[in-house]
Amino acid sequence: MQITMMVNGEQVSRDVEGRLLLVHFLRDHLGLTGTHWGCDTSNCGACAVWLDGEPVKSCTVLAAMAGGHEVRTIEGLEQFGELDPIQRAFMHCHGLQCGFCTPGMLMTTRALLDSNPNPTEEEIREAISGQVCRCTGYATIVRSVQWASAEQAGRRTVTDDTSP
Amino acid sequence: MQVPAPFDYERATSVDHAIGLLARLGPTARLVAGGHSLLPMMKLRLAHYEYLIDINDLHGVLGYVEVEPTQIRIGAMTRHRELLESPELRRSFPIFHEAERVIADPLVRNRGTIGGSLCQADPSEDLSAVCTTLDASCLIRGPDGDRAVGMADFYRGPYETAVGAAEMLIEIRFPLRPNGSSAYEKVGRRAGDWAVVSCGAAVWMEQGVITDARVGLAAVGPNTTGIPAISHALRGRPPSEEAYAEAGVLAAQHCTPVTDQRGSAKYKRHLATELTRRALRRAVARIDATPDNLRAG
Repeated sequence: MQITMMVNGEQVSRDVEGRLLLVHFLRDHLGLTGTHWGCDTSNCGACAVWLDGEPVKSCTVLAAMAGGHEVRTIEGLEQFGELDPIQRAFMHCHGLQCGFCTPGMLMTTRALLDSNPNPTEEEIREAISGQVCRCTGYATIVRSVQWASAEQAGRRTVTDDTSP
Repeated sequence: MQVPAPFDYERATSVDHAIGLLARLGPTARLVAGGHSLLPMMKLRLAHYEYLIDINDLHGVLGYVEVEPTQIRIGAMTRHRELLESPELRRSFPIFHEAERVIADPLVRNRGTIGGSLCQADPSEDLSAVCTTLDASCLIRGPDGDRAVGMADFYRGPYETAVGAAEMLIEIRFPLRPNGSSAYEKVGRRAGDWAVVSCGAAVWMEQGVITDARVGLAAVGPNTTGIPAISHALRGRPPSEEAYAEAGVLAAQHCTPVTDQRGSAKYKRHLATELTRRALRRAVARIDATPDNLRAG
């Protein structure tokens, strides 16, 4: 079947099987391998992308279901060649080690900051509760989101810059 | 790699279209809403359909929380996130907000729907316990029109409901009664997991006496378990720790948990007892804390 959707602002059209999952469509058909394919059971959240502006687990959405809708992946996070503040925050605060969960974490926390620019630690932990990170113990991920929140609000100081 | 077996994908553009497709394609067709229960089961080959009919385009007409003087109507395509964030629902039925906070995780809640949750009929599903607790009825539409089915008749066994092959769950209706409140308790192994045991309670009072009380449990039977014996035991009594304890004992007696990877049957009966007590206690405390002029549901 033929499906057409917007991915990172560009219209794409492909002939696919009805059973094809969105995560495989993005990775195998479009070559957008930034979205990671993890547990396959909607537990780990490595495959999180935006569907019509909301983060979803793309291993549990059919590619056909996204037809006619807008998808945004990690490749679409940077704007005009500039990394998003949340990407810079993860770099600065060591919000990743192996990096496998990172694309999903970035998409989810970007959505969080869009709807809640100044989240509490509890709200950050709730937002990423559907995502598994086996490296960081989540502490530096939480710190990264707080850093990005401050960065966006212009609240970050020189001291923060040197000691995350 | 887990993928479903091959099937044909159809997309419904209206409720009538969906029912027409179901009638034409027969029992090998299944509606898919959020898909977060159905697609994992199809990946595991626990379920197989020749046709999936995607009804996500119907969110516009079937995604709503409508508050009326005597009832709240919720459209079958209303997503978990919308239920979680509805202030009207939280005010009338705090149980909804509490249950939704512990259903899966925010990403799953962005897709999953109340209609899909009920029709999946998983024995551990939380919204089924909420609907049983609140005495909801389900509006089912088919080629011959609409019919309403109470929660006790909606479930026919694990993963089986009263919704026929050419029918569709349209709406869930919750009666609003004054001077009541509700609460939800869940014990899970980790964030976002299915319940080891969940328990909802709703209580209504007049002049310091319980006029009605309802308890619904998840994960302790083939379907959500309503316990009429608790309603009989509590009606006409003032709330007390003794009454809650008695209700807890009744809950353990009237449920049928099985030992599995989430716990032993004995442990689950213990949880049924304790969670029933906690949920009743908190529901009553909420009634006491609500100013007279704001009491509803």
